[in-house]
Order: sequence, then structure tokens, then C-alpha cells
Amino acid sequence: MKAGKKETKPKTVSYGKYGYLFIAPFFIVYLVFSLWPLINTFYYSMFEYTTRNLRTTITFTGLQNYLNVLGIADGEQGYFLKYLGNTLRLWLLNFVPQILLSLLAAAWLTNNRAKLKARGFYKVVLYMPNIITAASISLLFCALLSKYGPIMSTLRSLGWISQNADIMMSKWGTGISISMIQVWMWYGNTMLLLIAGIIGISPDIYEAAELDGATGRQQFFSITLPLLKPVMLYVLVTSAIGGLQLFDIPALFNVGQGTGYVGGPNDTSTTVTMYIMRLHNTDTGRAAAVSVLLFICTLIISLIFFRVMQTSDAYGGGGKKKKGGKRHGK
Amino acid sequence: MESNQPLQNKTKAVRRQKIFRNIIMILLCLISLIPFYLMFVNATRTSTQVQSGISLLFGSNLKNNIANFDKSQQGLGVTVLQSMFNSFKVAVPFTVLSVYFSSMTAYGIHNYSFKGRKAAWAFIMGVMMVPTQVFAIGFYQFMMKLNLLDTYWPLIIPGITTPAVVFFMKQYMEGALSPELVEAARIDGCGEIRIFNTIVVPLMKPAIATQAIFQFVASWNNLFMPTLIISSSEKKTLTMFVQMLTSESFRTDYGVVFLGLSITILPMLVMYFLLSRFIVEGVSLGGVKG
Repeated sequence: MKAGKKETKPKTVSYGKYGYLFIAPFFIVYLVFSLWPLINTFYYSMFEYTTRNLRTTITFTGLQNYLNVLGIADGEQGYFLKYLGNTLRLWLLNFVPQILLSLLAAAWLTNNRAKLKARGFYKVVLYMPNIITAASISLLFCALLSKYGPIMSTLRSLGWISQNADIMMSKWGTGISISMIQVWMWYGNTMLLLIAGIIGISPDIYEAAELDGATGRQQFFSITLPLLKPVMLYVLVTSAIGGLQLFDIPALFNVGQGTGYVGGPNDTSTTVTMYIMRLHNTDTGRAAAVSVLLFICTLIISLIFFRVMQTSDAYGGGGKKKKGGKRHGK
Repeated sequence: MESNQPLQNKTKAVRRQKIFRNIIMILLCLISLIPFYLMFVNATRTSTQVQSGISLLFGSNLKNNIANFDKSQQGLGVTVLQSMFNSFKVAVPFTVLSVYFSSMTAYGIHNYSFKGRKAAWAFIMGVMMVPTQVFAIGFYQFMMKLNLLDTYWPLIIPGITTPAVVFFMKQYMEGALSPELVEAARIDGCGEIRIFNTIVVPLMKPAIATQAIFQFVASWNNLFMPTLIISSSEKKTLTMFVQMLTSESFRTDYGVVFLGLSITILPMLVMYFLLSRFIVEGVSLGGVKG
């Protein structure tokens, strides 16, 4: 009925208001289910929650929770900084090998001179671990690598180690294992992103370089790598933000029975998100303070990212506007 | 003749290079596949066999392991198949909401000019980076007040707000949707919502299919949110079931643990090899935004 009414005077109808209608569900749900909880998390972080005899009393304590988790207050351990350190260590151990491996694979799979026939197959297989449930993968490696598991036994029977090693007792053994699982799961994904980036580089540039007699290696280091900068930056930032939230793998890999998200050995593989999970039932205030600090870290990374993107000559709004004319002139 | 010599050397070098690179790539492929292969092999062996070392040959203990696994999972309050069904009950509506409302949001911003349009887009881009974990505490308390804890709603409703999917849909729309088409439908007397449902959504099918796969996988693999929200055993999702595989009743028998893991991984593995082409393509498309 309403549609018929509109039809009689189509030119005077302004459709703009329908835009609000279409974006309304997203914004309403986001405000209610994400933004409101976020504001509340800030709010909760300023209260102390103490439970005695099943009754929880809530008292306003200002920034006390922050001082506690940062270890500034007396007698507090500063767990946030400790777990942030763990998280960053796990991320660095993962990111460096990951980016190198995926760059190498991406360069080989896009090389036209030595074109590999099974490119499609390689991509499919290397990406595969990324789609499998991380929780299952963590437990799978935990079982394969455990002290009396198959890998240690095989190494011993080959005579490579004299007795079954227990990586779960070693800080670096556990850390490197978790990071290598991350590399194994994620380098296929990064490789596909880099391949998309390399394919996006104009073939003219490579042709010109070819005519000038540049070798494959020279082309990679002086064309591919510099022009991949925006994609690499994107990979770096998404990986860093994802790395800060690291949860699934360390939450299952080396946690003791009934200890509840304490990453062994000696709490050295506990991440910030595991800490939030550990606190959320017993100490809402502290858990909220940790969340806010995590939010600030994420924000800083994102802001640096946007800043670099904007000032980067090869990419981004500011640079493009100024140079746009020249660039499209060819 | 003489001038041909360097060219031949060159092709020879390229061939050698190709062989070398193929060998490395095959090695990398094996590294991707072997953990899963070992898992399936170990699922068919006894605990002592598993502990004695790696084997590439399947054992004969599968039936026993299945029986033992079934016995152990009885004490958990949820079976692996039930937990899979639970994950399915969360992932399917989550996926539908995500692709439908993301297309809708993207269409609203792409097709209409209204006051605040740019700000709305900037907001969506901005919150793309905000991880769930940072507001989980507030979310949990809010769900408690709404009496929605231990239900699937808190896991499903956020499907409406997936900014990365909105971004992807808008990118796709810019290439696939012509303003003339919308104009023509208007002249035919179609309402705006009907235009979206009957013209835009069908046009978006390829993008919707790709994003649906990724959203389904993301929801299916999620461990953090279900752990926070769900507490009754019979409502636990698959990832929560995996977490229970670390419990004492399983830990003692390696063969059973590997069998349990195989069961939890198998559905994703099968899905991946059926849809791998779309998935790999989807990741590459998503990367263009970088």
C-alpha cells in the first residue's frame, strides 16, 4: 500500500532516510551489546568486589584495582605486567618466524620464472590448520609432545635424547611449543594475504626490471618487499591485536588439573585473557581493570597503525590525495 | 648456436630451482598434514602402543577406544555428538544473522546518502579492531541482569554486529551492484526493504557464501565466549567438550584422547576439503583490504 503511494510522485521522494533504517540494527545491537558493556567494564573497574558468606559487597575504590594489577600498590604482585610480558613473548616467538616463512612461501608461489605447477594444492594444504578448532589443536600437540607421548618416546628410541624430556616443566619448552603451534596455524593465512598483495603489484614494474636485467632476488628485495609494506603492516597489526588476546592454545596446552587458567610451568604461559577469565568469577573489579588495560594496549596499537598508514607514501588517505593526479597520469 | 648456450643454462637453472622449491613446499605440506595423520593413527592404537612411539600404520584398537571413550564421556553430562549439535545450534543462527545484517548495514551505507553516513562508516571501521575480550566482563554482568546467562542468546545475538563482514560486503557491493538496478526496481514499485531482500541479497550470493563459511568457522571454534556464558553440562559446546578431554578420566588413556580429538576435528576437516577452493579464495579477497 505504502509503495503504491510513493509511486505517484517518485521524484520528490527522498530515499536517504532508508539509510538509517538499514544501518539501525547494527548500531542498536552494537550500542546495547558491545558499547554499553564496554562502558560498564570501565565503571566496574573502579569498584572492589568482596565476597563473604556468599554475600558480595561492592565498594568504590577509584583506581585501586589498577594500582593492584600493575603492582604499584603495596604487597601486590603486578600480575597484569607479568602476563602481558608472557603474552608478548609468546607473540614475538610466533610472529618473527611466521612472517619470514610466509614471505618465502608467498614469493615462491607467485614467481613467474620458476612457476610451480601445484600452487593451488600447496595453498590449500598450508592454509588448512588455520580452520581447525584451536582448542583441539592445542590438546593434540599437548598429547603428542607430552613426556610419555609418542614423539618423546621415538626420539629416545632413536637415541637423540637419553631420557624422556618434559617440555611442560620448561618455560622455554612450553613457550616455544605454543608459539610454534601458532606459527603452524597462522603462516598459511599470512601467506595468502601476502600472495594477494604481491598479485596486486603492477606487472609493468617487474617487466621493466626484467628488461634492466634485475635478478629474481633483486626484484624481490627492491620491488616486492617495499611495495608489500601496507599489507605487511596490516598483517603486523592484526597479528599483534590477535596476539594480545591469545587464549585458546595456552588455555589448554599446559594447564594443571583444577588450577583454572594457570599456564605452567610456574605461571609462565598465562596470558592476559586467561587472567581475565580466572578473575571474572571471583573479582569482577580487578578483571574489569585488566580488561581496560588490555583495551588501552589495543587502542595504542590501532592508533599507531592508522598514523603510519596515513603518513605512508605508498598508501593511505593523505599521501594519495596529494599525489593522486600524478600517479594516475602514468 | 653460441648465443643459445646461456639460455639453455638459464632454463637448466630454473628447472633446478623448481625442483628445490617443490621439495621444500612438499615438506611444508607434510608438516601441515602429519599431526592430523598421527592423531588418526593413534586413535586406533592402545595407550601403551601410543606411548611406545610414533607409528605410521593404523592399529587395531579402534573399537576398544570407541567403547572406552563412550564410557568416559558418560560422566561428563554431555556427549561429543551432543556438544557438536550444541555448537551447530549456535553457529547456524550466528552465521545467518551475521551475513544478513552485515549485508544490510553495508547496503544502507553504500546505497543511500544521509547525514552522518561518513561518521557511521568511520565508526564501523573503528570498532573492527575492538576485541570481544575487552568488554567481556561488562557483557557477562549485563547478561546476568537480563537473565540470559547459560542460554545461547548471548552467543548468537552479537552475530548482528560483525564489522569485518560489513566491510567485506561493502567492498563487494561496489563492484557488483549497479545503481540503475535499484532505480529500475523502484520504478517498478518495489519497496526499499523488498528491493534489498529480492534483488540485493541474491546479487550478493557469492560474497554471502564466502563470509558464511568464515563466520560459521569462527563461531564453531570459539572457546572464550561459551566458556564465559555457558555453565550447564548439557549445553556445553564442542570447544568446551575439548576442554573436558583434559580431565582425569581421559588423561590416563592416550588412545582414547586421540580418538576424542579425532572426533572433534573430523567435521571441520571434511568441510575444509569440500570447500577449500572458496575458503582460500575468500582469504585472498579479504587480504586486498590491507
